[in-house]
Amino acid sequence: MSGDLQFDSNKRLRHLLSIDGLDQKTILEILDTAETFISVGERQIRKVPLLRGKTVVNLFFEASTRTRTTFEIAAKRLSADVINFNIGDSSTNKGETLLDTINNLEAMHTDLFIVRHIDAGAAHLVAKHAPSHVRIINAGDGRHAHPTQALLDAYTMRQYGKDFKKIKVAIVGDIMHSRVARSLIHILNILGVPEVRVIAPKTLLPVAIERLGTHPYFDMYEGLEGVDVIVMLRIQRERMQGALIPSEQEYFNLYGLTEEKLVVAQDDAIVMHPGPMNRGLEIDSSVADSDRATILPQVSNGIAVRMAVMALIMGGSKKNKEAGS
Amino acid sequence: MAAALKPKLDLDPVFIGIHTGGAWIAELLHRDLDIKPALGTLNISFYRDDFTRIGLNPKVKASDLPVDVEDRHIILIDDVLQSGRTIRAAMNEIFDYGRPASITLVVLIERGSRELPIRADIVGETITLPKGEQIKLSRDENTGLLALTVQKSGDDDNLT
Repeated sequence: MSGDLQFDSNKRLRHLLSIDGLDQKTILEILDTAETFISVGERQIRKVPLLRGKTVVNLFFEASTRTRTTFEIAAKRLSADVINFNIGDSSTNKGETLLDTINNLEAMHTDLFIVRHIDAGAAHLVAKHAPSHVRIINAGDGRHAHPTQALLDAYTMRQYGKDFKKIKVAIVGDIMHSRVARSLIHILNILGVPEVRVIAPKTLLPVAIERLGTHPYFDMYEGLEGVDVIVMLRIQRERMQGALIPSEQEYFNLYGLTEEKLVVAQDDAIVMHPGPMNRGLEIDSSVADSDRATILPQVSNGIAVRMAVMALIMGGSKKNKEAGS
Repeated sequence: MAAALKPKLDLDPVFIGIHTGGAWIAELLHRDLDIKPALGTLNISFYRDDFTRIGLNPKVKASDLPVDVEDRHIILIDDVLQSGRTIRAAMNEIFDYGRPASITLVVLIERGSRELPIRADIVGETITLPKGEQIKLSRDENTGLLALTVQKSGDDDNLT
């Protein structure tokens, strides 16, 4: 879907639209760069001047607090000026509205758009029509992709000493509606993770999920057996109207992550969750608050990973001939 | 260089080396002079003035300043001083960690072609090279020995 839109003629990353289409080298470059940004958050002055004088627009057509805020903090730590646009889903003719909005913001000399939209492909559409000096990062489009979430999840796994070439990862919950799951499966495949499992009731698994290189399980105890990483997905209550799950209590009994179920995983297995989590629905509080959970480090890592992506796609654009600062 | 630095040691200075070559030299000086405060290293990638032209080099390690620089005397160490842009970037970065009492610049080689009013306080060797030539410090990972190389349009010419 992204084609070559993500790279310029010199094979440099210019937009981040989906994990699909990236190679291992690019992903590792982003993770390594993120690592160097971690320390910036620990200093007296938590800013570096890389994007000084650049304008970053957070264009959110779909509500999000965590993602928008971490993008905002990331851009500000790089010294960019940040403008937040939270645009409700009011128009029926989204394609036209979206591009009109972009044109208007472009006229205000925006350098980078962070785009979240309920329609799959929205960020691609923007990237396709944006002038060549404008950069786009997809912050989630429909059920399609959420590439920075996948990157920060991979970063967190590596931070906790997980070797991509050896681990078993289980993704649990609403795989069907989850762009997080889709991007995560792609990144784990590209990084060479030997076994990716998805655990969910049949109603929440897309057909032919095996084609993405995953092993489906319908039982938690079987699926979690021996895994090194467990990624819990949020049950999106607003999408559960069609009787996709029997009842919340029954879902929790079958698929909620409890200490009892966690026992079958590796002793040092970590529990991840992209947030916001529903305690007592997909995850038990005692697990969420245990030292196995990496939920809060994921949020902090999200800042460094987003700084890395912004710095990498904004650097080396020869258009600006003046020497930076 | 170590001898020239001795008078500065009464001020209990903090040694900071610039990645990568400067950090190697700083490591040697820090050890030979038996400096008590932990050695700091700077990766000035995030402060370079040519970011919009060449982008980031993620292969360099992150900055690591284990000692608070506030009100301290800093010995800033680099391998080669040429344009002065690296030193400007390094000073900007140091100030984001705190306000040092002073900064003394130590370089192994001063090679001319300065572009900014930045001069080293202590210089190992002054060499005049034409602008097209590059001088590069490298380290043998096994022996830890440092070597200087002058490169001119692809030719390698070992100096030491």
